[in-house]
Amino acid sequence: MLLLLFEQFLNGLQIGLLLFLLAAGLTLVFGIMDLVNLAHGSLYMMGAYFAAVFTQWTGNFFLGALLALPAGALLGIIVEVVALRTLYTRDHLDQVLATFGLILFFNEFARVVFGAGGMAIELPSWLEGQVEIMPGLPYPSFRFLIIVVGLGCAGFLYLLVQKTRLGMLIRAGASNREMVGALGIDIKLLFTLVFGLGSALAALAGLMSGPITTVQIGMGDNILILALVVIVIGGIGSIRGAFIAAVAIGVIDTMGRAFLPNMLGSFLNPSDAGTLAQALSSMLIYILMAAVLVLRPAGLFPAPGR
Amino acid sequence: MTDLLTVEGIDTFYGRSQVLFGMSLSIRAGEVVTLMGRNGMGKTTTIRSIMGLTPASRGRIGFRDADIRGLPSYRVAKIGVGLVPEGRQIFPNLSVKENLIATAANRNGASQPWTYERVIELFPRLAERSGNMGNQLSGGEQQMLAVGRALMTNPHLLILDEATEGLAPLIRLEIWQCLERLKQAGQAILVVDKNVGALTKLADRHYVIEKGRVVWQGNSAELQAAPDIQHRYLGI
Repeated sequence: MLLLLFEQFLNGLQIGLLLFLLAAGLTLVFGIMDLVNLAHGSLYMMGAYFAAVFTQWTGNFFLGALLALPAGALLGIIVEVVALRTLYTRDHLDQVLATFGLILFFNEFARVVFGAGGMAIELPSWLEGQVEIMPGLPYPSFRFLIIVVGLGCAGFLYLLVQKTRLGMLIRAGASNREMVGALGIDIKLLFTLVFGLGSALAALAGLMSGPITTVQIGMGDNILILALVVIVIGGIGSIRGAFIAAVAIGVIDTMGRAFLPNMLGSFLNPSDAGTLAQALSSMLIYILMAAVLVLRPAGLFPAPGR
Repeated sequence: MTDLLTVEGIDTFYGRSQVLFGMSLSIRAGEVVTLMGRNGMGKTTTIRSIMGLTPASRGRIGFRDADIRGLPSYRVAKIGVGLVPEGRQIFPNLSVKENLIATAANRNGASQPWTYERVIELFPRLAERSGNMGNQLSGGEQQMLAVGRALMTNPHLLILDEATEGLAPLIRLEIWQCLERLKQAGQAILVVDKNVGALTKLADRHYVIEKGRVVWQGNSAELQAAPDIQHRYLGI
């Protein structure tokens, strides 16, 4: 029982870390430029497609991933320069409409270029198996790799944001954009860099979830909603908040789906318990969001000055 | 001596309402100049126009050899204008030290550039607070930090908007003494403030503005000798 619990916790952690990679870019973009970018999920999808194509082309998942990351960053920078720059001064509704348009564009683009059928990303054989991370607890190697990479990225982002000049400017920009500009920093360039970084992280999340699911049109749409829930809970503009909220959501969602049916089954008849558990577990994270919003309307770690 | 900053006949609007009507002023290198007037007469708007934060729609703003009207604020800052804004606008989520070094630069190759250590020497009070976040400081400390932050960009011209507003008398004195030291070191400064007594001691020349244009200008002796000007336009 304890092992099962731990395994489900790891599954939740793995999903949470993928969510974090997506939410980190989203929260920085929202925090600094006050831009709602629904197309972030499309960058996730495109990252997965890039990885699928480059993996086929090179015959090696790691080479494919290595090429997909800069491709994802570059695509994000192009999207920012071409489309999003014109939206900074517009209100949130305009931003939502325009970036929703981008979602439709990218979904159609993927259909035309990569086909409607979806693509699989082939893993090297040693990642297909399992590793024994604890005595008596084998765990799929690739999922374990996701956890390692996700934690590594979280550490990298922490150092970048907390310890470097660039990170100071990112934080300063999140609290007072105008003042950062008035002190001689080209905030547009800063934002393009941040956007490129966020896109690379989204691409990384996409290419790592590709081998687990399939790479398909619209794969970014559902996870984007979860990422939005994450940044609302974590506090807009806060990397730390995004990390904690993403892991919490991943774990709560996974645990709920795994254990609610049994827990309810102990005092309800099986078919009622099944129906109720399904409904409850898909509601859990929204209940959490509502609770956080009631207690802390600005999220767990809001960027001050907003 | 040539002018460091020349503002010639600028008009500035907020939306459709015009705030500046042919505003003009000039500052020479090493000079301390003030901008005085009642609230709502366009002092902050003049500064925002110079900085490119609220661009002027007509007129000329020259800084050294460049025409800076219409430049984005980061370009204005880069060619050597350091802003200490109204309300200080410290970054609340950065530590004191980070506030100072985040935007620091020596773009104009100052031979003795401002560094973190020199700012701490100017404001020893900030040393004890270096690890604190910006929002944990008192008003006076925030003001010192805002001055230090602007100095760390090593500007040719330092602009202070309401630098002593809402501060205790002793803290005010400290700020004035600091500006005096900067003046001795040859720093050109444009000050917006209401404290005529302190300003006539510190500054070389004064501009009094009303409704978006200059109504009086002169040196400190002339301002002291003109109580009617002080009374009519400054409410003293």
